[in-house]
Amino acid sequence: MIHINNLSFSYPKHEVFRSLTFSLEGGNVYGLLGQNGVGKTTLLKILAGLQRSNKEACLVNGYNPYKRQPAFLREVYYLPEEPACPPGTVNDFARCCGGFYPRFDLGQFYGLLDRFGIQPLARFKDLSAGQQKKAHISYAIALNTSLLLLDEPSNGMDIPSKSLFRSVVSQHITPERVLIISTHQVRDLENLIDPVIILDKKGVVLHATIEEIAQKLYFFRDVDEDPSALYAEEVPAGYSMVRSNTAHHDSKVDLEILFNAALLHRDWFTDHFKK
Amino acid sequence: MEFNEHKAIYLQIAETLCERILIGKWKAEERIPSVRELGASLGVNPNTVARTYDYLQQMNVIYNKRGIGYFVTSQAREEIVSVMKTTFLKEELPKFFKKMNLLSIPFDELETIYKQNNQ
Repeated sequence: MIHINNLSFSYPKHEVFRSLTFSLEGGNVYGLLGQNGVGKTTLLKILAGLQRSNKEACLVNGYNPYKRQPAFLREVYYLPEEPACPPGTVNDFARCCGGFYPRFDLGQFYGLLDRFGIQPLARFKDLSAGQQKKAHISYAIALNTSLLLLDEPSNGMDIPSKSLFRSVVSQHITPERVLIISTHQVRDLENLIDPVIILDKKGVVLHATIEEIAQKLYFFRDVDEDPSALYAEEVPAGYSMVRSNTAHHDSKVDLEILFNAALLHRDWFTDHFKK
Repeated sequence: MEFNEHKAIYLQIAETLCERILIGKWKAEERIPSVRELGASLGVNPNTVARTYDYLQQMNVIYNKRGIGYFVTSQAREEIVSVMKTTFLKEELPKFFKKMNLLSIPFDELETIYKQNNQ
């Protein structure tokens, strides 16, 4: 559904991507991970048509996003980390802007607002930052676009809303839809994001499903640091570690350990996860 | 049932569902939630739940009626008990014996405690 082929992108004094290549398929909740400044937000903006990429390097549903054709735009929505505060009420905003998206479902929107505890008639500027975020997420989900891009969606959300968010996203995904969530809060989204894409300054370090990761890597804990571990982190119960899964045990993928290991052993990862 | 936080999520979910069948919350030939319903209630990626259901189908614990949904098989309890017994004997018991040796607990001491608990 999304094809990125040799994508290069630079800001005036700073190169972000050099020949980035990967494809994304429907039915998945992609988790886009990377340290600050590696270009996660830039990539989402390119996919949404808000930043210009080199010619034909990026195809979304068969469209070049930057041409911003209506048939493309009605199927994609990008929710920034800190969306602007719209004038008027939550209801006004959704009724006015939702009209541009043919599958926007007003009933579903009200249902989501209700679950998040947001009054449709509240004015945006009277809501707290976290409440505004919940209103924006309800709107983004209810648009039912085939591509939804969420930049740090769980930031600013309270604890009950995070589990509600996971439930809502899980319900939202269908074989025709792609969801990309960029995040640093991997604990908030564990068990939800699959596949995982890890970016660093040189490009894609890892692009694999949780199943593929668990086939190649074994996540474990022990009282002592294991010399065979690729990465070890001291935790209250000893060491949380990851090593090559030579014994073919099926373990739970720990996204934080995975991320730290991938940054430390870039070559090992690109080598072992070759497609 | 031992809760293993390092087990893959699809297996953790499978274990929970098997327990529901063992305690009788889900009965033989009863319809269970769809992949999407369970994904939403657990806040887990539906692909993970689909993997759990594949695994339970291979175990003959649930079966799929095309277009209707997933159902608990009539022999689900027996299948679960036999798989869990094998896991217990092959994986958990050796760890248990290892700890007994480590703490120098003789077998007859264990036998006494076992009998006291089962009076």
